[in-house]
Amino acid sequence: MTHVIDTFTIVMLCAGAFFFLAGTVGLLRFPDSLTRLHALTKVDNLGLGFIVVGLLPQVDGLIGGLKLILVWLLVQLASAMAAQLIARVARVERRS
Amino acid sequence: MTGAILFAIAIAALLLAVAVWVVVARTAFTATVGFIVYGLLLALVWVALSAVDVALTEAAIGSGVTGMLLLGAAAQLRATEANVESTSLPLKLSAGILCVLVSGGLAAVMLDPPAVAPTLAPEATAKLSATGLGNPVAGVLFAYRALDTLLEKVVVVLALIGVWSLTPDRAWGGVPGLRLYARPSGTLTLLAQVLPPVGIMLGIYMFWTGADNPGGAFQGGALLAAMWLLVMVARLQPVPPTSLGRLRLLVTIGPFIFLTIGFAGFALAGSFLAYPIDYAKPLIVVAETGLTLSIGVTLALLVAGPAERSA
Amino acid sequence: MIDVYLIIGSFILAMVALGLIRIVRGPDTADRMMAAQLLGTGGVAILLLFSVATAAPSIVDVALLLALLAAFAAVAFVKDVPGSPSDISGATDRS
Repeated sequence: MTHVIDTFTIVMLCAGAFFFLAGTVGLLRFPDSLTRLHALTKVDNLGLGFIVVGLLPQVDGLIGGLKLILVWLLVQLASAMAAQLIARVARVERRS
Repeated sequence: MTGAILFAIAIAALLLAVAVWVVVARTAFTATVGFIVYGLLLALVWVALSAVDVALTEAAIGSGVTGMLLLGAAAQLRATEANVESTSLPLKLSAGILCVLVSGGLAAVMLDPPAVAPTLAPEATAKLSATGLGNPVAGVLFAYRALDTLLEKVVVVLALIGVWSLTPDRAWGGVPGLRLYARPSGTLTLLAQVLPPVGIMLGIYMFWTGADNPGGAFQGGALLAAMWLLVMVARLQPVPPTSLGRLRLLVTIGPFIFLTIGFAGFALAGSFLAYPIDYAKPLIVVAETGLTLSIGVTLALLVAGPAERSA
Repeated sequence: MIDVYLIIGSFILAMVALGLIRIVRGPDTADRMMAAQLLGTGGVAILLLFSVATAAPSIVDVALLLALLAAFAAVAFVKDVPGSPSDISGATDRS
């Protein structure tokens, strides 16, 4: 059983790492501030999300799992608002 | 073990690269951003070294309070920055050589440690049960070296007085010149309304859990300071004038409570800052509560700076 | 298993390092802020991996703190960045 869980964790962690890679490549290679921002928000959402899902079966107890999910929700919330802030800065800078 | 070595090499290399970037940055603003990044990476290093209390403090102070302080300072210096003459090459070279020598000395000590590392950690954890605490760092801060902690908290208040002493005479007691947003957007207002409740809860949790797990008054207080600064910067609350009585009370109440407990130690347990056996943990928690509040208010006021216009 | 966590952690650290290139190159403020966000999220991911790798639940507290402070740092960043238009960066409150 632990083999199955471990395999699941590894697959999920690799998926998360893939989205981190995709987001970083997007941040470096996309032509425009707003397109780069789009790539970045995928990192927060999917990258961290897959990592949290992968780590959930490895944590003891309900509280530990809930804490992991809380971290993910907080990062999503904070970075969603920060992304709006960044988009605003990008728009104003593009105008000037 | 390969994973640990890989990670250690990666983070050491990244730290060095960021440190070089901070040193060669051309403007104070760029150097400050580099410094904040360095602080975040250093927090990861502390976690890798199992020093979680230090990591919490590094993250809260470095990226939070000090980050905003330095960025504000860099902004204020921007007008005169172009006129500063850069240091001469011989001076830079001697500074560089001195740094290399010190680093080499530290590396020599770290890479060739004595057979038995000199440490008091085992004795510290052995005696911890007498204090009722579970976190050895809290034990060191509040039981074994409580006098140092008391003096540190007073030093923070003295630092605030030092900052306030920069106030021009006409503005004494007035409102600090913290740079705010001219017209905060809806997004910023939402951020400043949603984050602080979460931050305040987390700050109180970190202070409370510091008795048995990594955390403590300083980390909790620093987070509270960051949340209050967020609310002020987004113009949801006005920056209070420095002459406000309640403000000064909050700044001093932490050290005052701690000092009172210290003097009560003469009557209750025989010497300054001694705790009676069964009441050690409640007394420490009371002291920490006052200190969390004071540290939060004082750190935020340190970032806000000296008063610039009269109330 | 611990090695897996640490290898993935090193990979994410490498991604963060690449993101720092974006901070240095710019060209806009927005790009620098984005790289800082990546650093924050990457740091959270690395800390969560560490917490499970070393079975130390207190490290998740550091991750929570980092998540909050990443947003706070974005706000502090924009407030004092040089050259931003006035409706973004604030002038000192002299009114």
